[in-house]
Amino acid sequence: MRDITNELVELVRLTSTDLPKSIQDALINARQAEDKGSAAEAAMVSILENVEMSRRNQTPICQDTGTPLFFVKYGQGWEPGALKAQIRAAIAEATKRSYLRPNAVDSLHGKNTGNNLGDDNFPTIHFQEVAGDGLTIDLMLKGGGCENVGRQYSLPDVGLGADRDLEGVRKVVLDAVYQAQGQGCAPGFLGVAIGGDRGSGYLVSKEALLTGLHEDNPDPELSALEQRITEEANTLEIGPMGFGGKSTVLGTKIRASHRLPASYFVTISYMCWAYRHRTLTIEGTQVNYA
Amino acid sequence: MSAKELKRITVPISDEAIRDLKIGDSVLLSGIMVTGRDTVHKWFMDNFIAKTVPVSAEDALVYEELKRLLQDGVIYHCGPVVSGLQDKNYRFVAAGPTTSIREEAYQGAVMEHFHMKGVIGKGGMGPKTLAACAKIPAVYFHAIGGAASLIAESVKKVLGVYKLEFGVPEALWVIQVEDFPVVVTMDSHGNSLHDEIQKQSLEKLESILAK
Repeated sequence: MRDITNELVELVRLTSTDLPKSIQDALINARQAEDKGSAAEAAMVSILENVEMSRRNQTPICQDTGTPLFFVKYGQGWEPGALKAQIRAAIAEATKRSYLRPNAVDSLHGKNTGNNLGDDNFPTIHFQEVAGDGLTIDLMLKGGGCENVGRQYSLPDVGLGADRDLEGVRKVVLDAVYQAQGQGCAPGFLGVAIGGDRGSGYLVSKEALLTGLHEDNPDPELSALEQRITEEANTLEIGPMGFGGKSTVLGTKIRASHRLPASYFVTISYMCWAYRHRTLTIEGTQVNYA
Repeated sequence: MSAKELKRITVPISDEAIRDLKIGDSVLLSGIMVTGRDTVHKWFMDNFIAKTVPVSAEDALVYEELKRLLQDGVIYHCGPVVSGLQDKNYRFVAAGPTTSIREEAYQGAVMEHFHMKGVIGKGGMGPKTLAACAKIPAVYFHAIGGAASLIAESVKKVLGVYKLEFGVPEALWVIQVEDFPVVVTMDSHGNSLHDEIQKQSLEKLESILAK
């Protein structure tokens, strides 16, 4: 198998420093929605200036470069073990080049490893074998501020009056947005998983965030719910940074998984405005970044 | 909420300048400040305030220097990306705020202990910090979360670092800033923008959920 460490370093650089255009456009719309001269508008202006500056200077959009989350789809001829070693080498190199902050901290002794390499789950890598001989690697950098406001609800939730149906899903997701206030660096994006167990719920809620912002949900019922949640979340007027304002949530992505008869989990991963997600695709000699 | 006139404030900050600040004020901060987050606040508490841990001679010296830097000064909740670690030619590459509420257990006591005039962070803090702000007086300055490259540009110089063994994000970085943009969201008169927004959004949530 060939060595793609350099391509992976480039994937990290792009993800950390160059916000995708679709996200930037959503932020531009959010700025336009805010009242002229408001603190919310000022926050959006700073955010957009920062996006441009990071791209120009090749510096991290946010200093919390998060847990690097890799989703790898590999075809024939690619080896997960070798890919893992190259991903880890690329992460250490990207840290040296200041594209990433050293973020791997020993939970027992508090020591930071200094190179972003922790145990087997840091960086987090999910492998999936696919047909063909191509390779697709999604990288998402998700900081601690927004990760900390993620929530998991077990329905029914009596306090919120949330039953085991889509109406109940709607209620708990809106509660999660309220609970987050500005802490997750609003305006944010919601990845929601319905069903699964506690572990798979969080994984699927993150996979939901890999969906393109303008990609329609194939399930019309979920698609309608996504739109409704985004609209209703914005009526809470928490606003950018929690300063109050029109833009609180810029997009919602929902996925449903099978569940146990006894369990009905709704899991919400909150992504901050700095929605850093890039994709590396290799087909033969063709290397593509999106 | 409308933005009012932009104010320029230099650290160290006087009582009068602090009392003059109200929630919603946009401020450009200049001067010398110190970064500190989770590990630092716990270290302050255990070693120098609650004194549950014996202080090493080395730490005692660091403490004396920090007392001087933090008197009428400002602490910034930030875990920066720093270049030049090998040759100690430090430069802030990315330096946005981290979530402040994790320091709520310590912040009020830390501010009073050092007689600090301000905290910079994001997301706001709770009643203990708000009470300390009224008493000292001090304020909470909200920086723009995630605006890391932009804020790093306002950091003109890294003057030094203490406790680098805490790790780069957790160390105490002494920095000189110029026109660092912040918004006052908790003032010395008992007002918190975060409390207001939370109350208003709860009313709205309850009316949506009742639908």
